[in-house]
Amino acid sequence: MRPDRTPLVLGAVLAALVAAGPFLPQWALFILTLAFSRGLVALGLMLLLRAGLVSFGQALYYCLGAYAAGALGRFYGVSDIFVEMLAGGAVAALAGLVLGFLLARYRGIFFGLLSLALSMILYGVIVKNEALGSTDGFNVAESSLFGWRPGEDWLRYAVMAAAAAVSLAAALLVHRYLGTPLGRLAPAIKDNEIRVEYMGASARQAVHVKYVIAAALAGVGGALAATTVGHIDPDMAYWTTSGEFIFVTILAGTGNVAAPFAGALIYGAIYSTAYDLSPNTWQLSLGAALLALIVFLPEGLSSLLRRHARHS
Amino acid sequence: MPAILDAKGLCKSFGAVVAAAEVNAAIERDSVVGLIGTNGAGKTTFINMITGYLKPDAGAIHFEGRDITPLAPRDITRLGICRSFQIPQLYRSLTVLENMMVGLGVVMKNAGLGGYFSRRAPLVPGYGVPPQEAAARILERFGLSEYRDRNAQVLPGGVRKLLDIALAMVGKPRVLLLDEPTSGVSAEEKFGIMEMVMKGVKAEGATVLFVEHDMEIVARFADRVLAFYDGRIIADAPPQAALRDPEVRRYVVGIHAEG
Amino acid sequence: MKIVNVTHGSFYALGAYAGASLTGAWIARGYPPMLSYAVLAVAAILVTLVFAPLIERLVLRFMYAKDEVVILLITYALFLVLEDVIKLIWGVDPYFVADPYTLLGSFTVGGMDYPTYNLILVALALVFGGGLAWLLNRTKVGKILRAVIHDPEVSRALGVNVGLYYLVTFTFGSALAALAGSFTAPTVSVVPGLGVDVIVLSFAVVVIGGLGSLPGTALGALIVGLVRSVSVHYLPEVELFVIYFVMALVLAFRPRGLFSLEEPRKI
Repeated sequence: MRPDRTPLVLGAVLAALVAAGPFLPQWALFILTLAFSRGLVALGLMLLLRAGLVSFGQALYYCLGAYAAGALGRFYGVSDIFVEMLAGGAVAALAGLVLGFLLARYRGIFFGLLSLALSMILYGVIVKNEALGSTDGFNVAESSLFGWRPGEDWLRYAVMAAAAAVSLAAALLVHRYLGTPLGRLAPAIKDNEIRVEYMGASARQAVHVKYVIAAALAGVGGALAATTVGHIDPDMAYWTTSGEFIFVTILAGTGNVAAPFAGALIYGAIYSTAYDLSPNTWQLSLGAALLALIVFLPEGLSSLLRRHARHS
Repeated sequence: MPAILDAKGLCKSFGAVVAAAEVNAAIERDSVVGLIGTNGAGKTTFINMITGYLKPDAGAIHFEGRDITPLAPRDITRLGICRSFQIPQLYRSLTVLENMMVGLGVVMKNAGLGGYFSRRAPLVPGYGVPPQEAAARILERFGLSEYRDRNAQVLPGGVRKLLDIALAMVGKPRVLLLDEPTSGVSAEEKFGIMEMVMKGVKAEGATVLFVEHDMEIVARFADRVLAFYDGRIIADAPPQAALRDPEVRRYVVGIHAEG
Repeated sequence: MKIVNVTHGSFYALGAYAGASLTGAWIARGYPPMLSYAVLAVAAILVTLVFAPLIERLVLRFMYAKDEVVILLITYALFLVLEDVIKLIWGVDPYFVADPYTLLGSFTVGGMDYPTYNLILVALALVFGGGLAWLLNRTKVGKILRAVIHDPEVSRALGVNVGLYYLVTFTFGSALAALAGSFTAPTVSVVPGLGVDVIVLSFAVVVIGGLGSLPGTALGALIVGLVRSVSVHYLPEVELFVIYFVMALVLAFRPRGLFSLEEPRKI
């Protein structure tokens, strides 16, 4: 068996980013950090997609994570970025655990629409809530890392480095999970759930576990986005936000834990380019890009990587 | 001797269709039982009820003395009853080897091994070797080694059947239910497949029930025959006697009694 | 048709814009306002005939064999594209065409004024719902369509022009959406984003009713409408999301909707 080189490659890429960081312009650091944030959410979506499930409501956990981080800052004066990310992940995981009892029983369109419904419920709840700023949301305080306040010059870099570290950890953890029996059950659930049951495994339980992991990842991503952008609002739970994550996941494909992050980066690039080129028709460009993706690259970037690997 | 598998008074209807009407069957350990009957006679329903996919409207099923009637398929599998399917149920997008690995993975997970925090490549219970090696052995036994890296989707019919049965045997079940193991297989291959399957089964010491339409296969491999018709068992005897039974000849084999 | 179609919302918006702009022009030119209802209908049908066959032949035709979720994403992508196409054609300013609405005045029921126009909407819903049910169940074409939906390959083998059926069905379904949009236009201001809320709501309706079931959809629509009105009146705080709550509730007890179709035997 070929030795598993993924941890090495991931670590190397990340080390390179962190080393190059101080020399990158502020906007590049911003985009990179957002890519990590979206990539985390997409990583969770990828887990579910491997089992054949598309969640149209990951924005629910993204938003929960963001508001948890924001609330920590606003009501408790906590600004440490790692604490915020941990809190975001924990709150989201808890919600995922509870909601998973309902959702893990569904498949296909029903799973998708039910997850959508749940995220829209959160949206509605937040919008009507004055304490959380209703449709305006509220601002998030500047981050600190383990007590160190980076100050204006180093803030973006510090946040990017923190994001990179957390993303590396998440990717490696998920990579390891994919090697366990439960992790390997995903394509089997997608292909033939009846057989899975007849082998003696509970598909529902496996899906529930994956759902909680995906929720936690989305929560961490949301917390990260909150501190990076500096502002949170209910739109983070709107279904179009979920649509963005799905776009990234489709772009990435399901082959590799690094793909969601690469996909997120490319998505960010497409989005900004489309918006800059023609602010009035960026949706058209995005829609056309998504169509082209589905038609010409249905397995996402991962399939490109795999094809390359086979030829080399 | 107490039966390893005991079905009592099983009844099942789908609307106006009666699939099982007071079915009773006590299966002895290590026996090989052939289930025969026309399509719609209730054979697959019988298997579906034993394996928990369907719940009988009335009656109970006991396995080694334990009532398994209300259990779900995965629980019944974990207890030691496995089945193969009329239409092979495979993981289409995975290779033959990967199909096996999924099965072995589940076996390990049920034994509490191979979890997130365990060391890599633990030994599979019942095989004593790591999963890759165990998979290779099973493939070897069922003659599937040459198809190891082929996608399940592109396998020829007989090979699909073998894989389906091999997957059923992954957990070393004590009772094996085969639903039409040779259907859709060419005449030359039928006996070969059954030979291979029965050899593998006997090596593990399992009790076998198999549904068959080919009476020659039934005569050759079964030591007992249950004939189904219209949801009832109309004959329960060794193959030679069963196949001579006038009701069986009329309703199952299709030979009308001569005047 | 076994496709979950986000583009449906786009046709609703297309119908609204086409209806509003055409009817607005009609009335501005001084033509008889009583005929504006016909204009609304014609506008919706015209805009559908322009866009639906184009979409079906150029994109959807190649995608029917794919996974149901992939098809959903494709229609979502088309929806994004159409949102901007609408903006390009009609601009971002809102359209108002209240005349067909105000023309009919209102009548009093139980001490409350009720706009007569709304009766037209109800009548339209009944006519189209009933008509569709009759078409699907009582006509030869309808029965063939159901067969095509169930198994396109077998239908093709029997000599049915499956491609044509798909084209016509998609166009017809989109026309219904456009008509809904067009006739709703006089009661609202037509702005970009009109299709967005509608589509999520209609999914909720279909899911609650059960996929593929006409009576279920009718019941679902009734439930959704009633729940919304009641909540706006008594519990305005939950108005935004109560419908999703109902959807979640229904799915929790009837996993495939209220009137789901029987699943064939798998093993």
